[in-house]
Amino acid sequence: MPERSPVLAVIGAGPAGLAATLAAAGRGVRVVLVDSAAEPGGQFYRQPARGLGARRPKALHHQWRTWRRLRTGLDARLAAGQVTYLSEHHVWCVERESPGFTVHALLGPEQRESVALRADGVLLATGGYERVLPFPGWTLPGVVTAGGAQALLKGGLVLPGRTVVVAGTGPLLLPVATGLAAAGAKVAALVESADPRAFAHRARSLVGAPAKLVEGAGHAARLGWHGVPLRVRHTVLEAHGTERLESVTISALDSEGRPVPGSERRVLCDTLAVSHGLLPHTDLADGLGCGLDGVTVRVDEEQRTDVPGVWAAGEATGIGGAALSLAEGHIAGRSAAARLRGTTPDPGAWASAARTRTRLRAFFAALDGAYAPAARWVERVTDGTVVCRCEEVTAGAVRAAVGSLGAGDLRTVKLLTRAGMGWCQGRMCEPGVAGVAGCAPAPARRLLARPVPLGVLAEPADPPPPQ
Amino acid sequence: MNPLRLVRARPGAPFTVTFDGREIEALPGQTLAAVLWSAGVTAWRSTRGDGRPRGVFCGIGVCFDCLVTVDGRPNQRACLVPAAPGADVRTQEGTGHDA
Repeated sequence: MPERSPVLAVIGAGPAGLAATLAAAGRGVRVVLVDSAAEPGGQFYRQPARGLGARRPKALHHQWRTWRRLRTGLDARLAAGQVTYLSEHHVWCVERESPGFTVHALLGPEQRESVALRADGVLLATGGYERVLPFPGWTLPGVVTAGGAQALLKGGLVLPGRTVVVAGTGPLLLPVATGLAAAGAKVAALVESADPRAFAHRARSLVGAPAKLVEGAGHAARLGWHGVPLRVRHTVLEAHGTERLESVTISALDSEGRPVPGSERRVLCDTLAVSHGLLPHTDLADGLGCGLDGVTVRVDEEQRTDVPGVWAAGEATGIGGAALSLAEGHIAGRSAAARLRGTTPDPGAWASAARTRTRLRAFFAALDGAYAPAARWVERVTDGTVVCRCEEVTAGAVRAAVGSLGAGDLRTVKLLTRAGMGWCQGRMCEPGVAGVAGCAPAPARRLLARPVPLGVLAEPADPPPPQ
Repeated sequence: MNPLRLVRARPGAPFTVTFDGREIEALPGQTLAAVLWSAGVTAWRSTRGDGRPRGVFCGIGVCFDCLVTVDGRPNQRACLVPAAPGADVRTQEGTGHDA
């Protein structure tokens, strides 16, 4: 059999996956970059659909020069035949074979047909999705995730409504608010539950990444420029409306996280963009048997998971934003290229990326502590509030499962109430159900990373033989 | 200001899709969710249990709240599926298989 280059499947074409692809390509491996979207970029660098003819897409983006570098680099490697890019491939399972792996993907957007491809190594750059904790009214049309509002703006060049309240906690809220305002929405308020003093307490770690602080200050300045009122140590108590969102009630929070009596006020809006941070996509890693630390994929200094031949980078290994994802992706790509050829990589080759990684991990650990969802949020979730959106399970039903039926863990709550059994497989409701039930969040262990037609499971596609 | 002006977009020729029989305008490349939002529509499903209205929530294909019936096929995620000229988009009642 002729000698062939090892194949590295990179799953996800956001910052981490693109950095990994550029680092590995041309170093003796063939890279197959697999992504669910029509265009590379992931969520952070999501581009307007081609048919929209955007001549100045950078108006919607930050760190545009980095994107140009990634995109130009990808194009050059595609032209050189070092990379195969498979768009609209929704990976639903990665199987361990002996040796190597088979990657199964549904072809989008229909997702009725599945294809399989063989790889010698797999690099998971699967990114993250938003955590939203429940509150009364959060299922009304017009209540969207902050990232969702941003995705439809960046990709479809549309606004969710005319008057928007941006609320929750985390570093995403500022850019979403300024982005929506720049695109013409009236942002009636930015409601952040974090206490600014929490940042002061972590000043030592936060000054370690001055560029990030300048970026944050820039967003804050633009907020002022757009005339967006910033309400810190505030929360949305309730979203109001019958068939769709009409207003929200916001309230100040005291130092214990309780609403300050008398501080409530109604804000009229047709959109509420809400976020309580991000969660990593770990289903593929979990299915492969990679160890997790809490909700993130465990990796070593080379971004290797504890399954031989599987690397992970970016939000999947811990939420830390695009710059950290780039550093991790670069390291993972260099390591994978060397290891798949049977050589030992020289960590000196990625020393600069490793320093960036150390600095940004410390920065985001500190930030994560400061941006905590409002304490006592569970107390404000009324019994009638739907917590599992798919199965329409109320907080009252979850509390009854724990209280009168004696459920002591999330799995039992799920079996008794169906919370987490719907289409999203608990991705959206798990933090909320766990909080309301008073149970520890448990890794979900999803066998399949996305819904798969039964016909596909009955007749799995055979991978083509290695070339 | 609007998003198209912000990025100095020169979209391809607009086309129409129908939503519950009403014609609405779409731009090439936009997802059904984007097209419906542009037309001021925020709900296109009623839930299986309580019949409550739902539309986009996560916007990136994770939550399945934005399910809609397209050309007779239910359970399409409006945030992922691009609008096609002449598509017959209908509010999905429950599972979409009851009618």
